[in-house]
Amino acid sequence: MPGIKADYMGMALSIDDLDGENLTYFKHCAAHDFHLQKCDDCSLLRYPPNTGCPWCGAAAATWTRVEAKGTVHSYNEVHHAIQPAFKGHTPYMLLLVDLDTQKGQPSEVEALRVVGNLTTPDGILAPADMVKKVGIGTRVRMVFSDVTDGLSLPQWTIDETAAQPEKPWRYAQE
Amino acid sequence: MPLPADTDATIPKYLRDKYAIVGVGETPYTRGSGKTTRAMGTFAVRAAMADAGLKNTEIDGMLSYQSGDSTFAPMIAGDLGIRLNFYMDVFGGGSSTEALVGIAIGVIEAGLCKTVAIFRSMNGFSQVRIGGTGARSAAPVNGDQLHSRAYGWQSAGQMFSPTFMRHMYDYGTTPEQVAMVKVIHSEHASNNPKAYYKKRFTVDEVLSSRIICKPLHLLDCCVETDNATCFIITRAEHARDLRQTPALIRGVVGRCNKPRMDMHYQHGPISTVAGHYGKNILWPNAGVGPEDVDLTGAYDAFTFTTMLQLEDYGFCKKGEGGQYVSDGTIRLGGKRPNNTSGGHLCEGYTHGMNMVIENVRQLRHDVDDSCPCGPDGKRQHTYDYSEGGCRQVKNAEVTANLGWAMPGTGSAMVMRRG
Repeated sequence: MPGIKADYMGMALSIDDLDGENLTYFKHCAAHDFHLQKCDDCSLLRYPPNTGCPWCGAAAATWTRVEAKGTVHSYNEVHHAIQPAFKGHTPYMLLLVDLDTQKGQPSEVEALRVVGNLTTPDGILAPADMVKKVGIGTRVRMVFSDVTDGLSLPQWTIDETAAQPEKPWRYAQE
Repeated sequence: MPLPADTDATIPKYLRDKYAIVGVGETPYTRGSGKTTRAMGTFAVRAAMADAGLKNTEIDGMLSYQSGDSTFAPMIAGDLGIRLNFYMDVFGGGSSTEALVGIAIGVIEAGLCKTVAIFRSMNGFSQVRIGGTGARSAAPVNGDQLHSRAYGWQSAGQMFSPTFMRHMYDYGTTPEQVAMVKVIHSEHASNNPKAYYKKRFTVDEVLSSRIICKPLHLLDCCVETDNATCFIITRAEHARDLRQTPALIRGVVGRCNKPRMDMHYQHGPISTVAGHYGKNILWPNAGVGPEDVDLTGAYDAFTFTTMLQLEDYGFCKKGEGGQYVSDGTIRLGGKRPNNTSGGHLCEGYTHGMNMVIENVRQLRHDVDDSCPCGPDGKRQHTYDYSEGGCRQVKNAEVTANLGWAMPGTGSAMVMRRG
């Protein structure tokens, strides 16, 4: 596959032509159709894309459609950005989200914890008032930030249709 | 504390007490060294040799670590007239310190060389900013980095914060408890003439400093400084002929990991760190347990990293780290002081080296505070820990260093007074 070079918020993103795992992963994201690798031996999904099964070590895997909804497991909230691309967007949130799919497997402490920023439903970094509504326990659904052909970044937004916790856990100091 | 009576210090398998740190040295901790990493590295190694009473012909091994921000060992050796039988420059930052001690013991044991100088030289403020600002923050984002840096998830504080946050959620750890790490390390630094920050801080000052990345305030984060640091390792029987009381190495853990190092957050509990695994190597190898340790050097890249490591190495029960770091235990005069030099939060940032150097000096009973020197040239310690006073721990016999790279990777070392 040819490699990708693109600009996202003024930041240079690239995937090398040799990097089949990331090219395939982000190609599915570009179609807004989230896929992960599923091990042909132990049948466990894994994240992020890689070259072998972290659970059993087998090489062969099949890209498999995954329903991308879940619960915020932890987060950070950046108020002092260091990357130039993010300096105009503080505060922004980085979410670690436990997918419903495969949660608690292969052991109770495991989950597919998929990274993304908190964004609006159209994949734009969330405004400050939205950031204040989200914490550990918030139900989120995946949306995408389109970057270029073959490359969209998976992101998270509040799942408007899900039952939400009365008060998600947030760091004490606002 | 005296060693347990049933401790067998002769087990060859682990080389317990067979190697020692015999010399330590460092440059001043500054912002704006005005020197190259080569000049600083040479200064620090020379200082450690003088401290040990070793000539350049007696050093034949050298180890260093860096991430493209320093000078390689052979250049430093050349500037000191040292001919090396062994050297290695390792890629890495935090947690390299104790891991390289293990490598040094291994290569001496294997007969590759006899005495190894380990150094770290960095202009962490004036050249390659350790906080990740400057040129590194604007570097293009490629391949696997699309799963982190493309989300503004790059600096150490940004990368570690989900662990810190989840610890507060899982165990009810409070910002006030964690802030006490900075408060106490700043008290220690105020008794350290070398420390970059000597001012004592309060909990309120920590919590009212600006938020960098929740849950980290500015004062939860370590200082960026320019400095070089060095210590020298050789066999214990050689150590006894040298100038200083040796710090004998009892056991080492080197870059021990949680599962899933491609992205350790996939494996929970994410509020558990690599020390959870490291403790099962450290204590059996060292032949002691947390209760035998007189003072600790738990890596304080952030206030939280000190707490997490003390907890996972078993100095308190899991989840009680907030209580442990805030109840006075880790303060000078407390049961088990931590980072008596002020550590990375206050003395200077060295990727773990200064915490080992401090514990070596503590084990000599000769930390470089402001206490008066006696006729033998050694300080006569007052054990008055008020501001500007003493920072020597009384009768220090056993120390533990807990090195941190990230939540998923850590190193550790136990030493005792020789």
